[in-house]
Amino acid sequence: MDIFGRLTIDSLPFYSAVAASGAAVTVLGGLAVVGAITYFGAWRMVMTQWVSSVDHKKIGIMYIMLALVMLVRGFVDAAMMRSQQAIAYNNEGYLPPDHFDQIFSSHGTIMIFFMAMPFLSGLANLIVPQQIGSRDVAFPFMNSISLWLTTAGAGLMLISLVVGKFSTAGWTAYPPYSGVQYTPGVGVDYWLWMVFISGFATTMTGINFLVTIFKCRAPGMTMFRLPLFTWTIFITSVLIIFAFPALTVACATLILDRNFGFHFFTNELGGNMMNYINLFWLWGHPEVYILILPAFGVFSEVVSTFSQKRLFGYVSLVCATIAIGLLSFTVWLHHFFTMGSSAKVNSFFGTMTAIISVPTGVKVFDWLLTMYRGRIIFKPPMLFTIGFLVTFVIGGLSGVLLALPPVDYMMHNTTFLVAHFHNMIIPGVLFGYLAGYMYWFPKAFGFKLNEKWGTRAFWCWIIGFYIAFMPLYVLGMLGFPRRMEHYEIAAWQPHLIVAWVGAVIILLGMICLAVQLIVSIRERNEALDLSGDPWNGRSLEWATSSPAAPYNFAVLPKVESRDAWWDMKRRGVAYERPLEYEDIVMPKNTYAGLVIGVAGGIFGFAAIWWMWWLALLALAVIAGTIIYRASDDDDEFVMTASEVKEIEDARFEQLAKAPKNEMADEPGYAGDAAAEPAT
Amino acid sequence: MTTVADMTISHRDAERYEEKDFGFWLYLMSDAVIFALLFATYLIMVGNAAGGPTPKDVFELDRVVAETALLLLSSTTFGIAAVALSAGERGKVLLWLAVTFLLGAGFIYLEIGEFAGMIAEGAGPQRSGFLSAFFTLVGTHGLHVSVGLCWILVMMGQVYFKGITAPVASRLMRLGLFWHFLDIIWVVIFSVVYLPGLL
Repeated sequence: MDIFGRLTIDSLPFYSAVAASGAAVTVLGGLAVVGAITYFGAWRMVMTQWVSSVDHKKIGIMYIMLALVMLVRGFVDAAMMRSQQAIAYNNEGYLPPDHFDQIFSSHGTIMIFFMAMPFLSGLANLIVPQQIGSRDVAFPFMNSISLWLTTAGAGLMLISLVVGKFSTAGWTAYPPYSGVQYTPGVGVDYWLWMVFISGFATTMTGINFLVTIFKCRAPGMTMFRLPLFTWTIFITSVLIIFAFPALTVACATLILDRNFGFHFFTNELGGNMMNYINLFWLWGHPEVYILILPAFGVFSEVVSTFSQKRLFGYVSLVCATIAIGLLSFTVWLHHFFTMGSSAKVNSFFGTMTAIISVPTGVKVFDWLLTMYRGRIIFKPPMLFTIGFLVTFVIGGLSGVLLALPPVDYMMHNTTFLVAHFHNMIIPGVLFGYLAGYMYWFPKAFGFKLNEKWGTRAFWCWIIGFYIAFMPLYVLGMLGFPRRMEHYEIAAWQPHLIVAWVGAVIILLGMICLAVQLIVSIRERNEALDLSGDPWNGRSLEWATSSPAAPYNFAVLPKVESRDAWWDMKRRGVAYERPLEYEDIVMPKNTYAGLVIGVAGGIFGFAAIWWMWWLALLALAVIAGTIIYRASDDDDEFVMTASEVKEIEDARFEQLAKAPKNEMADEPGYAGDAAAEPAT
Repeated sequence: MTTVADMTISHRDAERYEEKDFGFWLYLMSDAVIFALLFATYLIMVGNAAGGPTPKDVFELDRVVAETALLLLSSTTFGIAAVALSAGERGKVLLWLAVTFLLGAGFIYLEIGEFAGMIAEGAGPQRSGFLSAFFTLVGTHGLHVSVGLCWILVMMGQVYFKGITAPVASRLMRLGLFWHFLDIIWVVIFSVVYLPGLL
């Protein structure tokens, strides 16, 4: 047996200048991170306080860092595609077909699995325990495993740029093309194993948050007092638990087909390739809602805070969220109407698809009515929310159009579809997460993000979005198929050039985001969040200090109403100093999660390259770590009351220095909670 | 949730164990979806023998009955271990866990024999869509049982070295859930895969 499996020196990307430079950027980027940590002498801090941490807030921050890095990588892919298509009329452009195919495959894979999913897990980690008045998630150690397995998947994604070629089968990897007969090599295996490993991690995250929200709420925090963001994470967790198994099965069976000669999806010996497509979308459609519901949650929080009003129609928003969760399992076939099901089947799924837009419409009206007669303060998160509302409705309308099977037959696999789902996902998911990032950044780091650059980022993103994607609707109707590497029809090119201009404007948006971060860190002392409540917030996460103490709440809050923190401010019981503190039991930091993540990544790499001895070794390390950890009954420590008192005293000292209400100087400020009559 | 009768555990620990039990139930539900999809896949593909062996040609009633008996019996013996656990009888817990392990290992031994025999006859998973689905469904269950066997060994070690402490008892309860869950899956495999194939 060959110890390196099918890995040879030819796997390195010296065959193409573009591929080699991509690999070089990846390697140099990795080296730059290592160099920067060494330069700042930060290894000890990184190791002992971050990568070994089981604190949900730090895990959340690391998730979001991963998401932002992958956002850059995914955007570069998008920009390369736009550039290729803008010039490739009657010529080959600058990308050979094989390379272009890898780029659209990695763009989708990265944006869904390694940008949106970590961003979602990150925001949930950062905020949910604080919103429900809990000291941590239910399973802090499992949380750490989830983070590092997700990172392992993302790591494989980056490694695929350097060693071997990535999949050319799109982010959905449909057989029979993705089968070994038509696509030999490691590309599809890279895709399969990274999705398999990170899907595992996501399932654990789903279980973790469902238990956390069900079992770890503060006294008085009933289900119908939960902030909307927590509600959406709750439903998303349910969807994760029930939908991700379908992805696991789809990936596992395709792995068996490709690597062990099974016949699940092959063209001969009794394979059934449509079964893959059913399994994939049985996960894939709930996945759309897994991504978008938390963004709806963010919008709900933001719109209420910056309209300075209670959320309109709380119960209807919760019910709409639940309804979307249920209905999301009944529409998967609309991704492949052209499979050729009977008219009855297609019309059932078309009807369900139209129905699922109803609860979404309810939500849009709730947000609008929250703003109605509110005094809106136009901070960047609010701008993203308003931008979302306008843009998302357009995407929703094109979705209702595509829900009609006869229309879908015309539009299938054209850029009309590409325009539609980007029109949902960019304003719906990405704007939501960016709004959440800017809204909760002070909670994570104790200072606010620069608003000027945030506003600029917003305008670049939204203008760039329209210019980049509206032409794709037109192109789709002109019959331009998605994933075209070059074309011979002159009428298409002008639209593609306009779309390219849009991509450039989005690039400016990306730059604004980067500048915003840098400027904010530099000028952090002018934007410190001393009170922990920079936006005059309504939910409990604003009751903690910014950044929150390791235990979040020294004394668990007693909740008496929706908008718990606002209610406490109104009753004048916010910031009450407890008479005494008690000992708090906290989970110990551990490297076990990191070890499992690294071993998981090595396992994936070994399986991709058929180094089976190494794969078994990595599995043994994982098993050993889990057994070791499962036998360790001493995984917690006690933070004594005096240590807690020390931290809390410092917090109250800081509070004394803080302005009473940081929003009071804003134009349009509507008065603080204490002035509001009891409801 | 039952734990050791005469064991005093703090309110916080009790809550912790309850969270873990609930989380484990959620995992089992998610695992049940995996099996449900594998069953659905099997049912779609059972007719796709591609000119190769059909269910009638490859299933042996005797062996399947023996496998079923071993696995169902192991669930019973695990139940006896759980009773001993709540009585706090360490020796008995170890004994019945060992019996459960042997029965489970016997099941795996028979299953491996079954698979090896089929592959030797040219009815391996590469032969047809039907056989791919069969090996994957039954093999996934077998893999779960094997993981369960490792878990039983780990728990026997914990009971031996740590005694019946609250965390050990809590883990044993979840192992019980897992073991009985696999039994239920096997009953469905027997009814959906073997029985129609043999009738």
